[in-house]
Amino acid sequence: MYEFNYQRPGSVADAVSAVKSADDGQFLAGGQTLLPTLKQRLAMPSDLVDLAGIGELKSISVDGGTVVVGAMMRHADVAGSADLQAKIPALAALAGDIGDRQVRNRGTLGGSIANNDPAADYPAACLALGATITTNERTLAAEDFFTGLFETALGEGEIVTSVTFPAPGKAAYVKFKNPASRYAIVGVFVAKTGADVRVAVTGAGGGGVFRVPEMEKALAGNFSAAALEGIAVSPDDLNSDIHASADYRAHLIGVMARRAVEACG
Amino acid sequence: MSVTVSMTVNGKAVTGEVEPRTLLVQFLRDHLGLTGTHVGCDTSQCGACVVHIDGESVKSCTALAVQAEGTEVNTIEGLAKDGVLHPMQEAFRENHGLQCGFCTPGMVMSAIELVRGRPDISEKEIREGLEGNICRCTGYHNIVKSIKAGAAAMKG
Ligand SMILES: Cc1cc2nc3c(=O)[nH]c(=O)nc-3n(C[C@H](O)[C@H](O)[C@H](O)COP(=O)(O)OP(=O)(O)OC[C@H]3O[C@@H](n4cnc5c(N)ncnc54)[C@H](O)[C@@H]3O)c2cc1C
Ligand code: FES
Ligand code: FES
Repeated sequence: MYEFNYQRPGSVADAVSAVKSADDGQFLAGGQTLLPTLKQRLAMPSDLVDLAGIGELKSISVDGGTVVVGAMMRHADVAGSADLQAKIPALAALAGDIGDRQVRNRGTLGGSIANNDPAADYPAACLALGATITTNERTLAAEDFFTGLFETALGEGEIVTSVTFPAPGKAAYVKFKNPASRYAIVGVFVAKTGADVRVAVTGAGGGGVFRVPEMEKALAGNFSAAALEGIAVSPDDLNSDIHASADYRAHLIGVMARRAVEACG
Repeated sequence: MSVTVSMTVNGKAVTGEVEPRTLLVQFLRDHLGLTGTHVGCDTSQCGACVVHIDGESVKSCTALAVQAEGTEVNTIEGLAKDGVLHPMQEAFRENHGLQCGFCTPGMVMSAIELVRGRPDISEKEIREGLEGNICRCTGYHNIVKSIKAGAAAMKG
């Protein structure tokens, strides 16, 4: 690791000014992505601004039909939240299946979506549930927040403060895991609220998380795994790597989507 | 540029001068001489470095010492009391839960958090709960057996 200065401010406003006044400041949340990156010397920030001391980023609250989750809530907090288990059990289950227990005890919601790894789980939940992402500057729809591989709409010194998830009628997330890291080779989140159905895919897309309109249309007419028979996702824009070819990922999207619909019950 | 960190390690207050980039595992091993916590991979995968921060298992190769400021850290060295092994350590010994022993400190620390409040934890739950710990020797069978026995013993 290269040298850096470390700061732990107590408020969002102080964290923003600490990053903005540093030569090359970066926020530190759970560190489960950032510290491995620094250890490999893939980044050289002048200052790490730790968000761990900011109480206002650490809460989960129910507001009518939505659940608001603070950015510094760890995967273990989300998995264990009684509110989320009651309102959006699919989201609690997703968080409880990220990485391993030690990663879940440190890694956070805000860090995961700010990083937007194409194989991360949360982006699929945000897109399928129609979540909105609140920062210190504005509120964005998930569609507008995730802009590409490891790319988001966040500007310099902009902090994700919370994510608001509308509770769906039914939802389920199923992933085909990389057996070593538990990252998604393909993960599909299906959510149904009234007549509206959303299908979001992570792990596969060349441009990160995406929705599958053909599947959504078929499921809106007939919410059953059978309705997905014959709907193929083209491998053209999917990733190929040592774990899976684009063709295999395209196949897995169909399988995971059918399983997710079945898991919705 | 060094900074001062203070935390409680195995029940004792400690203070040290570290660089902000010093990892918690380096602080424990190099500054405090607590070499029971191992570094197996350095890529956040193997779990040989697992310690507890405020009772929760954490990979100490993927945390900075400064992030542990003000916390209670427990390592494998802190488990035995007055020369008597912790029930989970004893269960590993009794059930041949180790061969070379390199993964063992992390396995034991992960296991203690995993079984807390779950004396009847199933074999399947133990195997799933060990996702973050890798062993190159045992094939896991006796580790799972040890943790099941340790869970039962910790109840009493
Ligand atoms: C062994 C292992 C297995 C894993 N498996 C999975 C898996 O199965 N599924 C999965 O989804 N993920 C997985 N992860 C990644 C894990 O979920 C990370 O915790 C997560 O991607 C990053 O969250 P963090 O809180 O650790 O962020 P950090 O590493 O601290 O930060 C990541 C990035 O986000 C920025 N950032 C952090 N918080 C904010 C904020 N509030 N506002 C703006 N920017 C911010 C940081 O500046 C940094 O650029 C795994 C990680 C490891 C080490
Ligand atoms: S040394 Fe920390 S996980 Fe391997
Ligand atoms: S006993 Fe040798 S690595 Fe586990």
